[in-house]
Amino acid sequence: MNADFYNEMYDSAGTLRPHYSAFAEWLAGMPPERLERKRAEADTAFHRVGITFAVYGEESGTERLIPFDIIPRIIPAAEWQALQAGLWQRVKALNAFLHDIYHEQAILRAGVIPSEQVLNNTQFRREMMGVDVPSGIYAHIAGVDIVRAGAGESYVLEDNLRVPSGVSYMIEDRKMMMRLFPELFSRHLIAPVQHYPDMLLENLRTVAPKGVADPTVVLLTPGAYNSAYFEHTFLAQQMGVELVEGRDLFVKDETVFMRTTQGPQRVDVIYRRLDDDFLDPQVFNKDSMLGVPGLLAAYRAGHVTLANAIGTGVADDKSIYPYVPEMIRFYLGEEPKLNNVPTWMLRKPDDLQYVLAHLPELVVKEVHGAGGYGMLVGPASTHAEIEDFRARILAAPEKYIAQPTLALSNCPTFVDAGIAPRHLDLRPFVLSGKRGIGMVPGGLTRVALREGSLVVNSSQGGGTKDTWVLEN
Amino acid sequence: MLSRTADHLYWMARYTERAENLARLLDVSYQMSLVPQSVASQNENWRAILALNSLEAAFALVYNEVNVENVLRFMVSDPSNPSSIYSCLRAARENAHAVRGTLTAEMWESVNATWIELRQQNFEHILARGVSEFFDWVKLRSAVTRGVTFGTMLKDDALHFIRLGGLLERGDNTARILDMQYHILRQNDDEGASDFYRWGALLRSLSAFQVYRKVYRDAITPGRVAELLILRMDMPRSLHACADGIVRMLQLIANGASAETERQAGVLHARLHFARIDDVLAGGLHEYLTDFMDRIYELGDGISRDFLIPG
Repeated sequence: MNADFYNEMYDSAGTLRPHYSAFAEWLAGMPPERLERKRAEADTAFHRVGITFAVYGEESGTERLIPFDIIPRIIPAAEWQALQAGLWQRVKALNAFLHDIYHEQAILRAGVIPSEQVLNNTQFRREMMGVDVPSGIYAHIAGVDIVRAGAGESYVLEDNLRVPSGVSYMIEDRKMMMRLFPELFSRHLIAPVQHYPDMLLENLRTVAPKGVADPTVVLLTPGAYNSAYFEHTFLAQQMGVELVEGRDLFVKDETVFMRTTQGPQRVDVIYRRLDDDFLDPQVFNKDSMLGVPGLLAAYRAGHVTLANAIGTGVADDKSIYPYVPEMIRFYLGEEPKLNNVPTWMLRKPDDLQYVLAHLPELVVKEVHGAGGYGMLVGPASTHAEIEDFRARILAAPEKYIAQPTLALSNCPTFVDAGIAPRHLDLRPFVLSGKRGIGMVPGGLTRVALREGSLVVNSSQGGGTKDTWVLEN
Repeated sequence: MLSRTADHLYWMARYTERAENLARLLDVSYQMSLVPQSVASQNENWRAILALNSLEAAFALVYNEVNVENVLRFMVSDPSNPSSIYSCLRAARENAHAVRGTLTAEMWESVNATWIELRQQNFEHILARGVSEFFDWVKLRSAVTRGVTFGTMLKDDALHFIRLGGLLERGDNTARILDMQYHILRQNDDEGASDFYRWGALLRSLSAFQVYRKVYRDAITPGRVAELLILRMDMPRSLHACADGIVRMLQLIANGASAETERQAGVLHARLHFARIDDVLAGGLHEYLTDFMDRIYELGDGISRDFLIPG
């Protein structure tokens, strides 16, 4: 055991944690050949079903598998309850923040967040000022990234409020575990997750425009060449809604229709997996072939609901992230239940000076970056890489934030050399609708498969694990 | 259903059927080229295949000479020829990929497997194994995909558009094959033994040889071949059977804009339903088939306008 990191399965003395005991006993009794066979079976099945993600820049038809690890990440009931309460609180505050900055801007007037941080943010959408969205919900689907560090305390790493993905892997990982090792599910009481698409559909229906009794929901995809296309197909199929592209939709009299073989059919709710910039070429990116001309006008008129709303990016931006605990106090009058990672904002001279002096220890991220691209992990970088990054920071300090390198928790994982600890995170999916907040217990556990790596993104060689929330 | 989804399904079916019929056409041409004849007249037959698909100019860009091997290479595995079997199966797979969520898992796997297997064989392999074996493989893959489609898909509009595409393409292709072969056969009108083999090959290419025997129990004559392939309602690849299916599919998917297309399909069907082969032949078979193909083309146009890419 490496005592520097919190291990999900063993405590620092090397003793098995109680919630892993039944699993460990089962694992000890499994012949290695059988495990190897099961791992191969999982690979074949994932390929055949086509649970893959397209890799940009490779020939069409080449799709890569996201590695799946058969050792689950187990979360005890009490721990989950605490996490869930924290997530609800956080997402509630983020939705309140979004409503506020597109209306009264009370939080800016109160001086809690510097106005220019919000109003000059490229993710702030002036077009949304004064627009009332159903039930005041902006982030209908949030994928909040959580890590554990130090002695096991949880931190929110980022709030993904635009088009978070990964939920299809959460469901497929569970299906795979049940297929490979059904006996495990009789030895544990594991909270189910497969009803997520039903919850999602129900949630989307509750935020339909006023007066629509039986709303038509569609899922808007950028198309077959998007890296998450598998998930789009999967969710549309599971929810039983049409998977549409921009060219399938048109706007007439500020109302959205889809072109069907029986003529135009009105669309009420669009679960869009397309970024703001591409939604409406009349308003945003003029060259976008993926969007729907006139969509914003229909949206502003309240004739269609977009989930997530336009302009949520300003709330999950890394430059706004440091203020989320203040948002919780401001809107809810509560103390935050989940920790934020301490963050230096390099636009502040003092922070900049400190960070430049401590680069080898810190993680530096681009404010607008995502997906593990464009970041510096100090302890894992060479002197040359650090100096290169230093130059980039000095050229535009306001574009960066820095955080301490978290000692991410790890969990035993199958690798080439056998079972070894690998770092992981957790992305629970939080659904917000008219009837409040809901979620399935757990989420997607991502694991960094390279030894020592702290980057779990699938584009950077990350894998996934089934996530079990135990029921009492 | 979404118009775009219907469009992909319809074209997936058309390209699959087109690849199959191309294999049938090339197979019969190849079989006929084995019958003793002059090199000149043989090459004339291969030229006719290019002409049938309006591909002479495209062919001449890549190849110097019209001969068996060049035409087969061009029509079987040349990716630059949009009408090659290779290109048809690629287009079928691309259309299927775009609507994977609408297909059953077995259908997608069948279409995808065909494409993967095709990519594993180059033209030299195909020649070495014998082209007929390759054509049999294409027909078999088409049959598997069709079987899986009927065996696994819900009988809703998705299936109706798949069937419509397949029927339209098949009607057109049967007319094309018949037109071309009939023309060649009538040219050397010697009524000799070689003709028997040629008519036999034509019938076999449309899986109609045994059917012919069963229906007519008599010698093969051009008039009966034409009757079987045009007017017999119980012959699955005949023009009549295709038109009948098209009318039924159009009834199932009808919408507020499709009345005119339905009427045209009805007229086409009635003309086949009440026709006599003597009248057809008296008016000129070539003229009759050309007219049929024009009408099929117009129906395709109407279907696109009414259902697939509405304005």
